[in-house]
Amino acid sequence: MPTVHDIETGGRPPALEAHNLTVSYGTTKAVDDVSLVVPANKVVALIGPSGCGKSTLLRCFNRMNDLIPGAQVSGEVDFHGQNLYAPDVDPVEVRRRIGMVFQKPNPFPKSIYDNIAFGPRINGFQGDLDGLVETSLKQAALWQEVSDRLGSSAYDLSGGQQQRLCIARTLAVTPEIVLMDEPASALDPIATQRIEDLIFELKQDYTIVIVTHNMQQAARVSDYTAFLYMGHLVEYGPTDMMFTNPTEERTEAYVTGRFG
Amino acid sequence: MSTDPGRDRRRKWAGAAFWALCWAATMVGIVALMILLVDIIMDGASQLRPEFFTSFASRFPERAGILAPLMGTLWILGLTALIAFPVSVGAAIYLEEYAPQNWLTRVIQVNIANLAGVPSIVYGILGLAVFVRWMGLERSVISGALTLSILILPVIILASQEAIRAVPLSLRQAAYGLGATRWQVTRHQVLPMALPGILTGTILALSRAVGETAPLIMIGALTFIAFTPQGLMDEFTVLPIQIYNWVSRPQDEFRQIAAAAILVLLTLLLTMNAAAIILRNRFSRMRVR
Repeated sequence: MPTVHDIETGGRPPALEAHNLTVSYGTTKAVDDVSLVVPANKVVALIGPSGCGKSTLLRCFNRMNDLIPGAQVSGEVDFHGQNLYAPDVDPVEVRRRIGMVFQKPNPFPKSIYDNIAFGPRINGFQGDLDGLVETSLKQAALWQEVSDRLGSSAYDLSGGQQQRLCIARTLAVTPEIVLMDEPASALDPIATQRIEDLIFELKQDYTIVIVTHNMQQAARVSDYTAFLYMGHLVEYGPTDMMFTNPTEERTEAYVTGRFG
Repeated sequence: MSTDPGRDRRRKWAGAAFWALCWAATMVGIVALMILLVDIIMDGASQLRPEFFTSFASRFPERAGILAPLMGTLWILGLTALIAFPVSVGAAIYLEEYAPQNWLTRVIQVNIANLAGVPSIVYGILGLAVFVRWMGLERSVISGALTLSILILPVIILASQEAIRAVPLSLRQAAYGLGATRWQVTRHQVLPMALPGILTGTILALSRAVGETAPLIMIGALTFIAFTPQGLMDEFTVLPIQIYNWVSRPQDEFRQIAAAAILVLLTLLLTMNAAAIILRNRFSRMRVR
């Protein structure tokens, strides 16, 4: 059984609650019976060695696993009291309300403006699109760098700028939760720093779940940390406790770098 | 390291021989094409007068022209494109983006690949049975276009699938992650990126259709007509059939106008292939960015 420490939700309902989540590809279980609570307006980091199921678990939270042939999900993810895996739930609507930022920056081969505007447009946004693009870029701390060249190709941006563009693009559809799958793993230290600063600011308005293989990053940006190992949740608790005084021996071994 | 100088010499000699063999093999193709071109140009270039394009076929070689087969070919080309393109692209999108991964899909996929290799005369027989006889479309332009559409469907489907598959998964995921439906992902991300590849495949398939003779003879395209098609149900002929007809006549003059018609057909084909190459180059430039 995993060790789960007190998760302080501040008296508010949690943003997400996973109950007995299991994901299998064929006969292998990538995520095995994981239950955890994601408090609102906090940053939760999922850590663990490669292949521990942290990315698979993350993709459960906005039903991105639906797109992977052969992935079978059982268990529940509750979002506003609604199980995301109930038969009447539309995964398209889930993904609009729970956004995702990917490992490698993946801007569309379009202009900076059109990258941001794509989400609102397909979701039938009626209103001040220019204003929304500006707000989103400002939220992602990219506006100053691109405000004079919104029409140029997103591919002309640096990797770090592209990733912030992808974050802005996600924010433009006003999700409640932002899932980040190793968002800085393809970036240099300075670009990484900017993403981390951004995460810190974004939790004012959003709940963030971030997968990272960089333990220092987890320690820096997150409020809570979940350690996964071979598909199992080993320990979940406040980040400072997880890194300074974990209960489980395996957690300690991993966060101190003895394996992984 | 080898210490035997004789063995080293043999190795180098073998390498040089192989190079020469490959070079000769390449030259066979190029030289053959050159001889063909020069021969045709010498025979036919003098016949390319303006009247050649505005006259119908005639039993007097000096009055014969390619108006009817040229118009027939253009009709067939346009109609085939209109029919084959949407059907093929639709099938490719279904197979790549929508079809479940099961045995039925795999059977369909294998069948399409096999159909691409079926001899064209077989499609002619199919066209005769289905379009000409069963659907009662007679020996018309539309029968010909439908037959050639079926002929090139598998080719365009395979090329389109290839192009659709080349669209990076990360782009699809990005769009899905923003709450796009499958149709929106396909319409706004996948198709725009795959379009140059799809068009290239379509043009190459169409240029194959333009050169086809057998299936059209099978469905009863005429060899001698003195009118151009005015509608879908009109009878028609096409350039390759006209060329065949002229070449098989005894008079030398007819062989010359056949060469001229071949030049017209070749120009049409080379133009289409050049368009395909230009599209493909533009596509790969976009990729690099």
